[in-house]
Amino acid sequence: MTIGLEHYLTVAAALFVIGIFGIFLNRKNVIVILMSVELILLSVNINLVAFSAYLGDLTGQVFTMFVLTVAAAEAAIGLAILVCFFRNRGTIAVEDVSNMKG
Amino acid sequence: MIGADLAVLIPEIVLSIYAMAGLMLAVYTTKDGMAPALTYATAAVFGIMALFIAATANGPAQSFGGMIVVDDFARFAKVVILLSAAAVLIVGQESMQKSGLGRFEYPMIVTLAVAGMMIMVSAGDLIVLYMGLELQSLALYVIAALRRDSVRSTEAGLKYFVLGALSSGLLLYGASLVYGFAGTTLFAGIIDASEGGMSLGMVFGLVFMAAGLAFKVSAAPFHMWTPDVYEGAPTPVTALFATAPKMAAMGLFARVVHDAFGMAIADWQQIVAALAVFSMFVGAIAAIGQTDIKRLMAYSSIGHMGFALMGLAAGTDQGVAAMLIYMSIYVTMNIGVFAFIMSMEKDGYAVTDISALNGYASAQSGQALALLVLMFSLAGVPPMLGFFAKYAVLVAAVDAGLIWLAVAGVIASVIGAFYYLRIVYFIYFGEPREGLAGRMTVIQWGGLMASAVIMIAGIVNLFGIDHLAANAAQALVR
Repeated sequence: MTIGLEHYLTVAAALFVIGIFGIFLNRKNVIVILMSVELILLSVNINLVAFSAYLGDLTGQVFTMFVLTVAAAEAAIGLAILVCFFRNRGTIAVEDVSNMKG
Repeated sequence: MIGADLAVLIPEIVLSIYAMAGLMLAVYTTKDGMAPALTYATAAVFGIMALFIAATANGPAQSFGGMIVVDDFARFAKVVILLSAAAVLIVGQESMQKSGLGRFEYPMIVTLAVAGMMIMVSAGDLIVLYMGLELQSLALYVIAALRRDSVRSTEAGLKYFVLGALSSGLLLYGASLVYGFAGTTLFAGIIDASEGGMSLGMVFGLVFMAAGLAFKVSAAPFHMWTPDVYEGAPTPVTALFATAPKMAAMGLFARVVHDAFGMAIADWQQIVAALAVFSMFVGAIAAIGQTDIKRLMAYSSIGHMGFALMGLAAGTDQGVAAMLIYMSIYVTMNIGVFAFIMSMEKDGYAVTDISALNGYASAQSGQALALLVLMFSLAGVPPMLGFFAKYAVLVAAVDAGLIWLAVAGVIASVIGAFYYLRIVYFIYFGEPREGLAGRMTVIQWGGLMASAVIMIAGIVNLFGIDHLAANAAQALVR
């Protein structure tokens, strides 16, 4: 069996769905949410690289480089905000991120 | 021709260099002692850039092979973004200083966010769209958590970050599908590829991108971050969230649906119309039970985004023009209202409870009158300017044959009028208790009064922005 475009797209779609569910069904820890966000971005990267190879067009791989870079910056800022939150609240459990409601 | 390419981007380049230079300057001199001076300097730079953009407006320009598009639409949006960000910085400066947030990083991060917003509205390519959006978002996550010793502010930053990252992920997944099925990331190429019907993959991509953009404009059902972030963030930061980023996100939305998917209006029209209806009703109904004025303004902004999306849903240049008029009037009203909210304090502490407004008119009749004008304008009561904004989008929707949408808009507007009028009721007929100190600084007072005067004086000719908006819309919609 040859591995074609659709296999890559299926893997990427599965990773994307796992990432989304990781954010919404996770009731434990904010770190897990950050990991889920990374998973979503990586699924996008698989998509882009697969399309790029399939189309014989380099733009997709350039896009991937940008996504990787931004993902690193995003993780840095997310962790920084999380550290600030932990200092004030003393916990990073998802159910404790609930001072404001309504 | 790298020089010609860069010349198109002069305002963005100036802002980026200014942000880096300002950070260096403050770090090597008196650090937070520079905060007031840097804030005013930043506002001045924004003003100069807005003038520069308006003065050099001669026809559409492109650079980097169409990746950056600077047409009348981009110029209109950029001027609104720059002027509103400058106004928010000036009005919020004293409040920041007073609450111990006079940090030099704040104006610099705002500058970077504004540079991102300007790139967003000039995007002609999916990569540029993503980079501009992230530059704006990453900067805004940080300033939402600016009061880093407060649980609420850091919680606001955390919520904004998680949901913002999720929405970027949705948008990006859509962008990857669009790239794969159109074979290019350039908007000009995408519109060619979608001529004569879109493939299923592109429709999926469009839906994901619309969901991601709806998060950014805080349209229901993707609005859940808005009330918490508005309530938790420091008030001057909330004022910023309610103005410039909204204009930028709406500009980006309009650019994506018209520049990239202008051949498939029927495909996205229903999505945008559904977002508009949801937002208008969520904004109108959920705001009724609110007691915190910042939360109330969050629901108000969700409702107003629904009206702006109604203009976009029309899918015509008239609709885009109505959206631009709506956004510029909305931004002006919000600056005035937030200038007032910043001044709300009792015994030296900031209060945001609506009941603190009870009997405010008997203490401060001039400010109460200005607030009454702004609340009527937000509700869309004629003859205030807010009515003409709503009128423009309703006419655009009716002319495009979306009569059901216009009817829904009128109903939502009537429901929404209730909570604006409730505030007016508190101010004029509430029992005076231990009320607000009611003293505003000169700049806050000026912001409130200027905004209120514009809401009345503008009814003569809308200060000509309707012509500018029409030109801008014609540059976008072909």
